Amino acid sequence: MIYLDHAATTPLDPAVFEAMLPFLKPGGVHGNPASDHLEGKRARDAVEQARGQVARLIGAEPGEIVWTSGATESDNLAIKGAFDFYKERGRHIVTSMTEHKAVLDTCRHLETQGAKVTYLKPGTDGRVSPEQVLAALTPETVLVSLMWVNNETGVIQDIAALAPALRAKSVLFHVDAAQAAGKVAIDLRAVPVDLMSLSAHKIYGPKGMGALFVRKRPRARLAPQLHGGGHEQGMRSGTLPTHQIVGMGTAFQVAGERLAVDHERLGTLRDRLLERLRALPQIFVNGEAAPRVAGVLNVSFAGVEGESLRASLPELAGSSGSACSSGTGESSYVLRALGRDDDLANASLRFSLGRTTAAEEIDTAAAQVVNQVRRLRALSPLWRETA
Amino acid sequence: MIYLDHNATTPLDARVLEVMLPFLNGPYANPSSQHRPGRAARDAVEAARAQVAALVGADPGEVTFTSGGTEANNFAIKGIAAAAKRGRLLYSGVEHPCVLEPMRALAAQGWKVETIAVDGEGRVDAAAYARQLTGGDVRLVSCMVANNETGVIQDVAALATQARKAGAPGTTVFHADAVQAAGKIPLSFPDSGAHLMSLSSHKIYGPKGAGALIADRGVALEPLLHGGGQEKNLRGGTENVAAIVGFGVAAELALAELDLRRERAQRLRDRLQARLAGLPGLTLFGARAPRVPNTLQFAVAGVHSATLLGLLDKQGFAVSSGSACASGTDEPSHVLLAMGVPAELALCAIRVSLGKDNTEDDVDRFAAALRELLAGLGAAMPGMMRTAT
Repeated sequence: MIYLDHAATTPLDPAVFEAMLPFLKPGGVHGNPASDHLEGKRARDAVEQARGQVARLIGAEPGEIVWTSGATESDNLAIKGAFDFYKERGRHIVTSMTEHKAVLDTCRHLETQGAKVTYLKPGTDGRVSPEQVLAALTPETVLVSLMWVNNETGVIQDIAALAPALRAKSVLFHVDAAQAAGKVAIDLRAVPVDLMSLSAHKIYGPKGMGALFVRKRPRARLAPQLHGGGHEQGMRSGTLPTHQIVGMGTAFQVAGERLAVDHERLGTLRDRLLERLRALPQIFVNGEAAPRVAGVLNVSFAGVEGESLRASLPELAGSSGSACSSGTGESSYVLRALGRDDDLANASLRFSLGRTTAAEEIDTAAAQVVNQVRRLRALSPLWRETA
Repeated sequence: MIYLDHNATTPLDARVLEVMLPFLNGPYANPSSQHRPGRAARDAVEAARAQVAALVGADPGEVTFTSGGTEANNFAIKGIAAAAKRGRLLYSGVEHPCVLEPMRALAAQGWKVETIAVDGEGRVDAAAYARQLTGGDVRLVSCMVANNETGVIQDVAALATQARKAGAPGTTVFHADAVQAAGKIPLSFPDSGAHLMSLSSHKIYGPKGAGALIADRGVALEPLLHGGGQEKNLRGGTENVAAIVGFGVAAELALAELDLRRERAQRLRDRLQARLAGLPGLTLFGARAPRVPNTLQFAVAGVHSATLLGLLDKQGFAVSSGSACASGTDEPSHVLLAMGVPAELALCAIRVSLGKDNTEDDVDRFAAALRELLAGLGAAMPGMMRTAT
């Protein structure tokens, strides 16, 4: 099995696993970080150290990091929290059609609660231009939510260009950086984003762990979405899972150390993969014209049917797009928003490479795909007609 | 260190860790992925779902995994409110903050939210409750099975039956927070009469970061976390596979070892209670009501818990005043206040919560240390200790 689905989830980095173990194994630190006693304090110290590690990767202060159960919760907290807090000021939200479901489903939910939401259509390159966002603003706009890196195409949005303009207009800016952190350089001291969602398991940390960056100066305000013991400065209640937090902290530290190396290596592998796939005519790289993260390659194959293509590659763990939407039988809404027709959007594969991906795996995967696409095309009357 | 704070959290059982390990350093796929490793992760999640369901005699299809007990309680309360749109919401005055605070948040949004009074032992005042139910339009009653501070057990089956009879069929939903009861006393979701039941992994020797809401499928419930469509559209977010697997095994062990753990805890608590008997100024909380066998909450009049806990901590005893969530505040416990305990005495509360690995020696050493510390404090400040009335 060749695993090329790192955008869906990644294995734990060995260093992350090692860092988590003392908080799991017998005789380790098992206290509740909210407890006053020494056992609680030992857990709390580990939590705070991890908070610093996560903050450091993105140029934030430790006090600006709120732990959550994952990027989905972070997106929910950011968008619902900001809407609830600022809805007396205005009820308009601007986002894009290619956001993750965690953002889109949350926005759709808020529409039932009186929100007006504009879903911007990106260009064929997958990017939403800053001008497009600014043109969509109304005096009622309280929040803009855009992802830094798209999970299906890897396309990088120009967050740095947009953020100052939104700050100037006092519109809150939320960025889903689940696929960006550790893959593109992020410095929030220079980029005035107000809220940013982070995930651990997309960057070799544990599942079930995420964070929301909430800017202190100027202070972004949120209505909490999980109420209870008042943890996390009142913004997110619930017992903190120490081992997972420690895992996320270590994952972010490792990601910072490896960012340049990973970028270089994955870029080379991705180019190698594309070069091999180019043996086929009529293939289309989604988001080709835009800057993309190094590890993701999303390709549409003309003349084949998506389900048949995926079924013909049982030893390749890739995906048609988002894992969350898989199994629905629908073609990718992201690719359709980029202008791909239904057939082409459906006949797409997302290859997402990771630290353990070997060049031989790339070659094997490419050969399998090329063979199967050729075979399926030969069987397709439609393809023979056009070819 | 002698750890006597198992109601705050429990250490991970080594047997649970063994089962979790392969999901941390081995297969790692996303359970929503359609490829073979993804389907294997899905199978592991579903096996855990059956294990958690079995702990409370529920159907696996009734289990929705969450990030913990707090999310399960928020999900239950807000999920019902969002689906019901209007009506009255009732909760007992001794609920955990993660029930109280969602209720307060709903009150701020215009919901009619009411507290149910409890008696001096912390049990719901049945007469007052019955009067509240006859007021009509009750959409939700939330009452915990066992209290986290006192360990006092509510008669949930009776309370749920009353709630079900009060309104038109299907209009009143009963939610039981069973976070502190699971693994300590037998629990049956179908027999409890509750429509919704919250569970937590890390209170039963499972990992932190996993919990569940058990929900009768006939109940209209809105999701709390949107996006991705996981958990049959009830809870978005990539499943925390390792923690869910751990929760499953912890639930299985809790069920298999329930009698053993209960008897042991009961014996140790009786022993501790006997060792403390006769301490000047001692008050036991909820001791005349049925309690989960591992919990003992008491106060020594005139000795603030902050003082005593600090001294005990220095000697290596990890205990607490009550909820870990309220740590660091100097507010008296809302649970004890609701029971009619004077604020001054409530500020002296100490909670001992025993675990499956505590020994008689642990209990004896704790009792001896406590007696010695109190004697020292009494000598330092003569007349400080009064006899509680």
